[in-house]
Amino acid sequence: MAMKEKIIEKILLLTAFSSIFILGLITFFIFKEGLPLILKIGIKAFLLGEKWIPSKGLFGVFPMIVSSFWVTFGALLLGIPLGLACAIFLSELIPPSVGLLLRPAIQLLAAIPSVIYGFWGLIVLVPLIQNHFGGPGLSILAGSLVLGFMILPTIITISEDSLKALPPTYKAGALALGATHWQTIWRVLIPAARSGVVASVILGMGRAIGETMAMIMILGNAVKMPTSFLDSARTLTTNIGIEMGYASGDHRQALFATGVVLFFIIMALNTLAISLSRRRVH
Amino acid sequence: MSQGSKIVTSDFSFYYDSTPALRNINLGIRPKEIFTAFGPARSGKTTFLKSLNRLTDLIPGANHTGSILLDGMNVYDPGLDLTHLRRRIGMVFDLPTPLPMSIFDNVAYGLRLNKMISKRRLGEAVEKALRSAVLWEEVKDRLHTSALRLSGGQQQRLCIARILALEPEVLLLDEPCSGLDPISTASIEETLIQLKEDYTIILVPHSVQQASRVADWAGFFLNGEIVEVGPAYQIFTKPADQRTEDYVTGRFG
Amino acid sequence: MINRTRYLTQSVAKILIWIGALSTIAMMILILFQILREGLPVLHLGFFLDSPKNMGREGGIFTTIVGTVALTAVAIIVGAPLGVGTAIFLREYTRESKTSRVIRFGTDCLAGVPSIIFGLFGFVFFVIRLNMGWSILSGGLTLAAMILPTVISTAEESIKTIPSSYREVSYSLGGTRWQTITRVVLPSALPGIFTGILLSIGRSIGETAAIILTAGSSLVMPTSLFSPSRTMSVHFYILAREGISMKMAYGTGAALILLVLMVNIIAQWLINRYIRHRT
Repeated sequence: MAMKEKIIEKILLLTAFSSIFILGLITFFIFKEGLPLILKIGIKAFLLGEKWIPSKGLFGVFPMIVSSFWVTFGALLLGIPLGLACAIFLSELIPPSVGLLLRPAIQLLAAIPSVIYGFWGLIVLVPLIQNHFGGPGLSILAGSLVLGFMILPTIITISEDSLKALPPTYKAGALALGATHWQTIWRVLIPAARSGVVASVILGMGRAIGETMAMIMILGNAVKMPTSFLDSARTLTTNIGIEMGYASGDHRQALFATGVVLFFIIMALNTLAISLSRRRVH
Repeated sequence: MSQGSKIVTSDFSFYYDSTPALRNINLGIRPKEIFTAFGPARSGKTTFLKSLNRLTDLIPGANHTGSILLDGMNVYDPGLDLTHLRRRIGMVFDLPTPLPMSIFDNVAYGLRLNKMISKRRLGEAVEKALRSAVLWEEVKDRLHTSALRLSGGQQQRLCIARILALEPEVLLLDEPCSGLDPISTASIEETLIQLKEDYTIILVPHSVQQASRVADWAGFFLNGEIVEVGPAYQIFTKPADQRTEDYVTGRFG
Repeated sequence: MINRTRYLTQSVAKILIWIGALSTIAMMILILFQILREGLPVLHLGFFLDSPKNMGREGGIFTTIVGTVALTAVAIIVGAPLGVGTAIFLREYTRESKTSRVIRFGTDCLAGVPSIIFGLFGFVFFVIRLNMGWSILSGGLTLAAMILPTVISTAEESIKTIPSSYREVSYSLGGTRWQTITRVVLPSALPGIFTGILLSIGRSIGETAAIILTAGSSLVMPTSLFSPSRTMSVHFYILAREGISMKMAYGTGAALILLVLMVNIIAQWLINRYIRHRT
């Protein structure tokens, strides 16, 4: 009996390290495949190079880094105000019973496959932009709008959780001092839940930078430095997604190297968000 | 005093990390009697109960010195089968704690843990335990409904039945009536008096009155030490120690 | 006067928030509506039961349904025990400690890794290094790694809510730790664990980037775990992106949406039923 218990505990301990183990494997293999090429052509040439012509052995990902951040920035312009509005709406403005109906709707928003959003962007947004603003339609603007919508569930749920986690005395105290409900929300509750809200935005940012398939469908994928929201663009993720199917040799390594860059950005954002939400707990 | 005792503690001290909770407890508890460990809150009574069946093992940083013998066997013997110990010493907690399952499954829980029991014998054992806990008549028609639907007093008697099903030798009861109304309390006390025919009972009462109503033998706990121990009528009518008298007569507590 | 501005600000702010929240819901309905309007008419029994012909221009989507189910099954069979095991270990076997913090950090990080990175990893590790090729197994294992954080966090949350008195009772009746977990803790935590698994099923159904790199995009009916396969999401992506057939893309998209809706509704229904049953 005691023997069996010991064995079970050991098995569970091993299981518990599975996620760390997988994270380690991912890191190892992405770097093993990607680093040699970065070192071969030089970190600077790779990160700051503006030309990506695999047939000529030119691998510069600078335009993709810029495009990734540009699309993400656009997504946040839409996602932060809408997400915060929804979070406040759910936690403060509507009765909990209505929230019980709305929350599954937001979960559904998260459950819809990203290709569906991409497809909708392609058939609805792209022609709309083309007709009203000119340009190819397949553009950063279209990508940002779709992404802004896709990161909403992340921003809403985490912000709402941190608003809900505040002690009720904060609200009671502010109202007792004669603040209006809105002043209480804006000047007391939101600042108090700040680190959770910021964490939600950073995680949303991570989601936006990491999104691939929807972006391949609507960004247009041209490798060039973006100059306006109406330009088509290629991000780090879409670069991998588009070319992985047929790349080999140095070219394939260059795609893993693109993955290395993406991995660094994501890990930086993750660590930041995790440390922020830890602070919330203490 | 250890002659003929069911449980003997010798110089037993207990610590949470380095904070002492019990100091030099020396007791002999006789079989088939009700021993009450009474005293003010946080005087070490619950710790005492939980160190008898080693539920204190669940608390990180717990440690002890001295020994506790059950029929001459040290309960802290490293080679001891903990499962077996806890089957011999059943415990009822201060709040009724039915598990989220049916009445029948609650009583059968402990029996099923060692698997070697036929379906028919399981049914008989459950009925017997419920009868011993004076609950059978009230629940026999709804054995398979959730135990969470019973009243507080019924739940607590269910918890007693759950332990009796294992046919233990010792019952530990930690303020078993603290959440109950006077009528339920009276029914639990009657049950206890019936049960001492067959079991050694250690009760932490929720009041001095309860202790004096049911106890055969009593020990007064204060700040982790035993101030005085003796026959109940003596402790509650003419205690030897001034502190015991102050507590029993309600001057503090 | 000052009071009037304060209340004016409040009214304007509240109206803006109402607009924001309602337009979010409206947008979601609009997106679903626009795809379902074109897609639902394509859906008939043959669409689900016929294999795709001519690259997917004709026929149905049967092989992609089989692929989706097979990949999801592998992901859940591998990922769910690992995730639930991790949650049990974190809640029942350790206190907050260095070990548990490391495990939590790893889980949180894994949750943030983009699917294309999982795809790259699955490709170089399962497909190439372990020589599984583009296959249901490679794709399923990659998915298992992706769903791990969801399973862990939902299982942990629900184990956390179980009163410690249940455990004390079980131990005091002579239960071992493992008996206590399997007979008291896990049954009570079941609805939460089940929600996590359903969410993971939803994620597996919708995943595209990682699968296209690990399971390939073959339309041939898979015959074993080592067969390459195309899932519904991948099929939908290829139909739309390569402009093979908009009609079929709409149909597949509608089927995807309905499937995801179904999984979510079943999840809600089961949870509610379970909660009612217990009280």
